[in-house]
Amino acid sequence: MSFRELQASLAQTGYVADDALAMALHLALALGRPLLIEGPAGVGKTEIAKALAAVKGARLIRLQCYEGLDAAAAIYEWNYQRQLLAIRAAEGMGEDALFTEKYLLKRPLLEAITQAEAPVLLIDEIDRADEEFEAYLLEILSDFQVTVPEFGTITATCRPMVVLTANGTRDLSDALRRRCLYAHVSYPSPEAELAILGLRAPGLEARLARQIVSVVQALRHEELEKKPGIAEMLDWAAALSGLGINDLSDDPAAVQASLVCLLKTAGDRDAVPPELLARLIGRAA
Amino acid sequence: MRTTRFPARASGIAERVAGFIAHLRLNGIVAGPGETADALAALGHVAALDPAEARLAFRAVLAHDVESAGRFDDLFDAYWFNAGRTRGGEEHRAARVTPAQRPALWRAHFGDDATTPSPGAEATGPDDNDSEADGTDGRLIATRTRSLVQRDLRGLMDPEILAAAERVAHDLARCLRDRRSRRRRAAKRGAALDLRRVLRRSLARGGEPLDLFRRRRPDRAMRIVALCDVSGSMTAYARVFLAFLKGLIDADTTADAYLFHTRLMRVTPAMRDRDPLRAAARLSLMAEGFGGGTNIAGAIGAFCDAHAARAVNGRTVVLILSDGYCTGTPGELAAALQRLGRRAGRIVWLNPLAGWQGYEPVARGMAAARPHLDALLPANSIASLAALEPEFAKL
Repeated sequence: MSFRELQASLAQTGYVADDALAMALHLALALGRPLLIEGPAGVGKTEIAKALAAVKGARLIRLQCYEGLDAAAAIYEWNYQRQLLAIRAAEGMGEDALFTEKYLLKRPLLEAITQAEAPVLLIDEIDRADEEFEAYLLEILSDFQVTVPEFGTITATCRPMVVLTANGTRDLSDALRRRCLYAHVSYPSPEAELAILGLRAPGLEARLARQIVSVVQALRHEELEKKPGIAEMLDWAAALSGLGINDLSDDPAAVQASLVCLLKTAGDRDAVPPELLARLIGRAA
Repeated sequence: MRTTRFPARASGIAERVAGFIAHLRLNGIVAGPGETADALAALGHVAALDPAEARLAFRAVLAHDVESAGRFDDLFDAYWFNAGRTRGGEEHRAARVTPAQRPALWRAHFGDDATTPSPGAEATGPDDNDSEADGTDGRLIATRTRSLVQRDLRGLMDPEILAAAERVAHDLARCLRDRRSRRRRAAKRGAALDLRRVLRRSLARGGEPLDLFRRRRPDRAMRIVALCDVSGSMTAYARVFLAFLKGLIDADTTADAYLFHTRLMRVTPAMRDRDPLRAAARLSLMAEGFGGGTNIAGAIGAFCDAHAARAVNGRTVVLILSDGYCTGTPGELAAALQRLGRRAGRIVWLNPLAGWQGYEPVARGMAAARPHLDALLPANSIASLAALEPEFAKL
């Protein structure tokens, strides 16, 4: 499969990937390396993994990172309750019988490497996890094996397709960066965004779609605390078609009210008064 | 950008790719033999004869962050199409301090005159002055005039003051403990049971969980980031605060320090310099704008833009050392602090003027800043900094 074919099949599942991203994804699959995707919030970093899983017909296993994420939540944990009950039930139970796979709770990382078929492993917002977790991850991503002290080493039955996302909460270590292929995703160009809107909301009128994309693109140039991402743009398009609006300049009050889909803080609401919105719409028409 | 001549005659694609990697390395992108192998492997999976595809493939494999991805195209053109003059990339390099790239003015102070002879013999560092005084006449005279200008700052590296400052900084850093850790560690007492250990031990007792082990959330040190004002009005306190900064940096390997007047600069690497005299010299150079006006809001804004994403998180205490006299409007200062406050765990302002008797935050800027600060504390000497310990413990 060449990267153009991959790009085309991603488009079939509803994901528009630019050349750089499609190439990075293609190489990550071909070389069996993890792919690190960086970019601002709301540009579809997480969606990439979902689209990839759909293209490959693979299972998606997701690990959402947070500060304080540890091995027990990410790799494995013993099922203590069952172990306790088992000890009670079988008098004089040996240690060997207790620490078996039967009592092992698999968390996303261990689960991902013990599947029969290679799944897509999405490690979301890796920069939220702390450095300690990054170190665990390095070990797993390089060897694809997990060592459980009571039990032995579990080697991978398959090599998952790994996608990591980050948006700059914290700087990632060079070691992790070097182990991954890298793609930076930024807000899409107007043409790409129009294509996304066309794929995700096929019923939308071409004229309204152009207006929506143009206004959202213009809003991203405003001084906003949180710039509207692609997900917000799609929400807004859905809201507008739900309200029965066919032209943004028709009903300014309703359009202004529907901005709740795009602007997510009070400060941003104030930063886009009706006059500014009217001007943006005027420019779009 | 540094250019590499495209090898007109190379034995094969491997050699050319290796040359490209060397070219990237020369331009500050971290790449080694591993990357060469990756790049060659990647070529096997794309239409290698199509320059556009090869470019995309190389970028995916060889760029590791936003910065290198951004200037990859220029570097690629420079090597494969011999298009490299000095376009793009230059400003990125300027930010990186490597021996080969220091401005001529600086060279004297880093002791690498041997490798990169600087123009004019007068450029002898103050550190040479102390290590050996056998220069030519011209050098000696020049050295003296220079050290006159810089005596103020170099005096601050008095070992006694430094030791005291380090002790104080260490104590203050220790006071700043965060109790919100989300990981649990094995401990003598604690809220949660450590089931793994309980169970393991219970086997020895026939499955009866008699010995209970516990886990609790440990306290973790907060990271400290210090922004120190070195403008004209702060000259009298610069000595104390710089010593404190140095102490902080030495006592705590994760601490980060910045100086600002009208501009902001990161001084952590200079402060970390193991040779105290050379550290002082580097600092003096950076503080060249000493004594001018202050733009506190601008400096904090610049900090948010350039460094905050990396240096500040919810576990960070930002110390601002300034008297609050500033050329910007109070509104700008308040907005900048508010922006910083969204990222930082705590913001503490240490104001030397607040130590004066009967002092009210008269400077209008301070009045505007107050609501965005977790604490506004007086400090104008090492002793008064030491006295802040109980205040810090309360944070």
